[in-house]
Amino acid sequence: MRTLAIMNRVIKELLRDKRTLALMFLAPILILFMLKLMFDTNSTTNVTIATVDLDGGIRTELNDAKHVSAKDYTSLKSAKAALKDEKVDAIVKQNGSTYDITYANTDSSKTTATKMAFKNAVTTNSITQMKSTIALLAKQSGARVQTANGATMQVHNHYNYGDADTGFFAKIIPLLIGFFVFFFVFLIPGMALLKERSTGTLDRLLATPVKRSEIVFGYMLSYGILAIIQTAIIVVVAVWLLDIEVVGNIFSVMFVNIILAFVALAFGILMSTFARSEFQMMQFIPIIVMPQIFFSGIIPLDSMATWVQSIAYILPIKYAGDAQSQIILHGNSIFNLGLDIGVLLIFIIVLTTLNIVGMKRYRKA
Amino acid sequence: MDTAISLTHLVKKFGNQTVLKDVNFNVESGQIVGLIGPSGSGKSTVIKIALGMEVSDGGNAEVLGKTMPNRQLLGQIGYMAQSDALYDSLSGYENLKFFAQMKGISKANVQTEIEHVTQVVDLQDDIKKRVSGYSGGMQRRLSLAIALLGKPELLVLDEPTVGIDPALRRKVWTELKAIREQGRSILITTHVMSEAEQVDQVTLLLGGKVIAFDTPSQLKEQYQVSSIEDAFLKAEGEL
Repeated sequence: MRTLAIMNRVIKELLRDKRTLALMFLAPILILFMLKLMFDTNSTTNVTIATVDLDGGIRTELNDAKHVSAKDYTSLKSAKAALKDEKVDAIVKQNGSTYDITYANTDSSKTTATKMAFKNAVTTNSITQMKSTIALLAKQSGARVQTANGATMQVHNHYNYGDADTGFFAKIIPLLIGFFVFFFVFLIPGMALLKERSTGTLDRLLATPVKRSEIVFGYMLSYGILAIIQTAIIVVVAVWLLDIEVVGNIFSVMFVNIILAFVALAFGILMSTFARSEFQMMQFIPIIVMPQIFFSGIIPLDSMATWVQSIAYILPIKYAGDAQSQIILHGNSIFNLGLDIGVLLIFIIVLTTLNIVGMKRYRKA
Repeated sequence: MDTAISLTHLVKKFGNQTVLKDVNFNVESGQIVGLIGPSGSGKSTVIKIALGMEVSDGGNAEVLGKTMPNRQLLGQIGYMAQSDALYDSLSGYENLKFFAQMKGISKANVQTEIEHVTQVVDLQDDIKKRVSGYSGGMQRRLSLAIALLGKPELLVLDEPTVGIDPALRRKVWTELKAIREQGRSILITTHVMSEAEQVDQVTLLLGGKVIAFDTPSQLKEQYQVSSIEDAFLKAEGEL
């Protein structure tokens, strides 16, 4: 009964705070949309290579490669000037059988593309030369040599997830959804409870027969409802507006995020008891919120040192990120993710209990 | 006569600082007891122990016959803190309704209770407005109204009349005296010495100890002065 009254009050207060509402609902959409723009534009790399004294065959192969154009320069000096002016990304100079390649190397992806294009050009060129040599030898010896000239090889690509255009964005979006939910839900309820403490309303509240648990549950419920709406918006925006393919069930995605939101909620309320002001609450962003993003799985965990990996196990977002990727990328059912969900539920129970006990700081009974 | 608050040998330490050394005094039913003392003398700590927000390190705090802390008992206590402690974005009415629900006032009585306390603090015209638009005095009155909700057996008021104009202050005191006539008790802290003259018993708290606990007139006699203010200053000087 009192829990519901507290919930009503918190929601009423929130609905009148338009700015915070906008932060909770519009900010994640805006950020997701900007991320989409960032990661989608630069999917192909075009390189221009300056060639000096390069073998005509290799030069043609280089120029024929996709996203590569070769430009012939008469002297190394003029090529270097072009490199400096950012007109070309690399210079290839041939001295007999030695190739000197100079990279601008201001963009590592262009350097890699150049290396690859050159290697391919050299290989293709030598094969062409070999073919003509063999044909010549065959003609001279009168032997019949079959070349694979006529039969063209065909490669068909099949994608288990997404399509040919699926990029880095598709991999990180499930993890980012979780991070946003965590970030926004962590801060706002904690701030609200902090405000109750600093204005004295918490003391006044505790001077009534309300149970400590009723206060905690009231907060969990009101912000929980908000978190559910927010999560639904984020997931829907990610899936439909940003065109993210979800192999598994979209409601499973929402479910995982909602559980994560409740963890963040309980965590935020707990941390607010260690803060004396709203600014001190903000100080938790670099030490509590930001680490979550590094351990969410955006950077593959198994590539990290073992002791770093073990840190991830105490961070709730690791489990949410795991479950999320399994559902979105691999189409796993939520019922096979009992461990991840279970750990998240344990987080909720432990943090909520700590919150109820922690309220003893303000009232002893 | 029943005892509303009975504090015996209260000791309270925060870290290695002893805030209350040995505090003894009673608030009898139907009495207004004034708790006066300079800032830092431990008035707020006494109130917090009486409400069960803090637990004393020694001694005993009994309220309405039960040892504090006791959550259930808080329903019979009306508390008003020094800060106004209101929800700014809610209207006066919404604030009252919320605290009425928290105090456990039955649904049937909520409406009449709110109407009654609103009238006492003279906020009828502004009760639907949001608290963010209230003046300091109006906020103080609303805060008092919340404490009065549910006709509590015991009122604990921390500086209730700060920022209230003289006319309203008189009205508030009339109401407090009416409450006393009903046999209910009030513990009040104040800096306004003219108010201290109106209480039944004065508790003079100084350096964590009760220096004097007597009626205003006897207190003045004891210190051979003409006002509580002088008694206060004299007691402080003697320490």
